[in-house]
Amino acid sequence: MTADAALPEVLSAPHVLEYPYKRSVGSVLSAFFTGLRDRQVLGIRGSDGRVLVPPQEYDPVTADTLSEMVPVGDAGVVTTWAWVDQPTAKSPLQKPFAWALVRLDGADTALLHAVDAGVIDMMSTGMRVRVRWRDERGNGIRDIECFEPEASA
Amino acid sequence: MTEVKTPEVATEDAAGQEPVTVIQTPISVEYRFTAGVASSKFLRNVAQGKLVGQRCPRCHKVYVPPRGSCPTCGVPTQEEVELSNRGTVTTFCVVNVPFSAHVIEMPYVAATILLDGADIGFQHLVQEIPAAEVRVGLRVEAVWKDPAEWGPTMESIKHFRPSGEPDAILPQAG
Repeated sequence: MTADAALPEVLSAPHVLEYPYKRSVGSVLSAFFTGLRDRQVLGIRGSDGRVLVPPQEYDPVTADTLSEMVPVGDAGVVTTWAWVDQPTAKSPLQKPFAWALVRLDGADTALLHAVDAGVIDMMSTGMRVRVRWRDERGNGIRDIECFEPEASA
Repeated sequence: MTEVKTPEVATEDAAGQEPVTVIQTPISVEYRFTAGVASSKFLRNVAQGKLVGQRCPRCHKVYVPPRGSCPTCGVPTQEEVELSNRGTVTTFCVVNVPFSAHVIEMPYVAATILLDGADIGFQHLVQEIPAAEVRVGLRVEAVWKDPAEWGPTMESIKHFRPSGEPDAILPQAG
């Protein structure tokens, strides 16, 4: 191609930058992800006795190493949320959904995940939601497809 | 490190499976790259089989690919300088680790090539020589694709290959 005139003064082209990372997850997240694969959400007990979900490797207050994994429920309460009207190609759901902090039964902290509520009017702080598991397993937090309102689960 | 105590989780799926210790976390960014005026001119020249840099009016260094200004002097660069197809390897890397996007046979050599007449190198492939024989100072020349395949991309050059000249002696750093 030698047709200089066919090209604009300033060239522009779509690019994709992609890294196919594999990540070693460490002992605490390994336990958490192994639990998710086996359909059991695990938290970790903090120095003050609270159950932290997702589990932390170090205590958020004392910085001590934590190690005691604690099973928690697969349903809980939305503590805060934000509605996404126009999901992007990378969004966990390809329809309008909510990003929400969910405090699972038995946990003292909340987990960030998507809630498939259908419409914004179905969302409210304090609502109960339940895990919808993904068929494909072994992909960490993605083993949870999303949460859904408990009444419809 | 403290041993993590995981409670027994009694599910039939758990039986006999190894714990999850590694996860795939692909990350990608999709964007539109706009080359700017200087790089666009450079790429349009590449589409015609030419390597054209720009000279700084103050320090007289020749940049290829040009960015439209001299990073040292902070002044615009306008004078165009057509460069040779030949240059010298100033540093290189033998790549032995394949990754998913690879389309080149392993191992291959990515080198920084300083074109004759230029003051800054750019990266391209060095082929037609065993990877173990590539060296700093190796003289190379561009192997262009068939003109029908030229476009505004560095892929218009297939790779660089040894030109057959004696090795260049590069000035020592520092």
